Amino acid sequence: MSDHSKSSPLATYFAVWGALLVGTFLTYEAALLDLGRYNAAVALIIATTKALLVVLFFMHLKGASEKLLKLVVASTIFFLILLLALSMFDYGTRSFS
Amino acid sequence: MSDSPATVVHGEAHAGHNPALLHHFATEEQQRDSASFGMWIFLATEVMFFGGLFCAYLIYRRWYFGDFGAASKSINAALGATNTAVLICSSLTVVLAIWAAQTSRRALMIVMLILTMLFGVAFLGIKGIEYKDKFDEHHVPGPSFSFSNVPIPGHPNQYANPQHAQIFFALYFVMTGLHALHMVIGLGIFAWLLWMAWKGRFTPEYHTPLEIGGLYWHFVDIVWIYLFPLLYLIDRHP
Repeated sequence: MSDHSKSSPLATYFAVWGALLVGTFLTYEAALLDLGRYNAAVALIIATTKALLVVLFFMHLKGASEKLLKLVVASTIFFLILLLALSMFDYGTRSFS
Repeated sequence: MSDSPATVVHGEAHAGHNPALLHHFATEEQQRDSASFGMWIFLATEVMFFGGLFCAYLIYRRWYFGDFGAASKSINAALGATNTAVLICSSLTVVLAIWAAQTSRRALMIVMLILTMLFGVAFLGIKGIEYKDKFDEHHVPGPSFSFSNVPIPGHPNQYANPQHAQIFFALYFVMTGLHALHMVIGLGIFAWLLWMAWKGRFTPEYHTPLEIGGLYWHFVDIVWIYLFPLLYLIDRHP
C-alpha cells in the first residue's frame, strides 16, 4: 500500500466512479444493438475495462509498493485463463453437439 | 535477565510505537503489507471459486445458445442495471471511507460506512424483487419449473427447450445467490468496521481493517460487473 495522503485522490475516485457508471450505461445500450457475434465481445471488453478501473484505482493496485501483490494478481489471471481456455478447447473440439 | 539491554530496548520501543503494531512485525508498513498480501491471496482463491461457475456458464452458453438467450430475456435487465449502479456507488463510498480515515475525518468515515451498508441492503432488496418475479413466473429450477412456448431470439418460429432454459436458471440462481451470500458476509464485515470506527479505532496510521474489508467489497463488485452482462444482457436486441 502506498501513501496516498500527500495529494488528494478524491478527483481520481470520482472520475473512476463516473467512468464506471458510464460503462454500465454503455454496456446496457450496446446489448440493445444487434452486433451479431460481437455483442458478447463488446460486453466483455466493457466489463473488463470496468474491472480494471476498480482493481487499479479503488483497490489501489496502481501505486502499490508491494511487487508481490502484482504477482498475485498476474498469477490469478493466468490460472483463470488456464481454467477457461483449456475447458473451452476441450468442449469446443468434441464431436457431440 | 530482566534488566538485560534487550528487554530495556523492547520496553522503550513498546512505549513508542502504535499499540496496533503487533510485535512480530518490524514496522507498521510491514504489518499493513502483510495483511493486504494475505487478502489478495484470499481473493485469488475466490476468483478460482467463481471461475468454475463462469466456466460452466461458458460451456452451456455455447451448447444451448438460443435457449440461454430466451431465458436471459425473461430477467428484468433494468433491475440488474440499477443494481450495478448501486454497487458502483457503494464501492465509491468504501474508498471515501478509507480516505476519511487517512485524513482523520471520523464523522465522514462513519457516514460513508453507513452509506456503504445502505447501498448493500438496497442491492439485496432489489435482488429480492427480482427473485420474487422468477418465483411467480415458475422460472425456479425444480418440479414447478415451466418455460414453454418461449421463442428463441432471432428465430420467431423456434421455441426454447425448457430443459436447457432450466440449466440457465440454475446457473443464474447459483451465481447470483453465491454473489448475494458474499454481499451478506460483506454487510457483516462492514457492520464490524462501523463499530470499530465508532469506537475511534481507526487513525491515519492504522486503518488496515478498513482497507482489507474494502478489498473484499470491491472484489464482490467486480464479480457483479461480469455477472450483469453475462446473465442479464444476452440477446437483448430486438
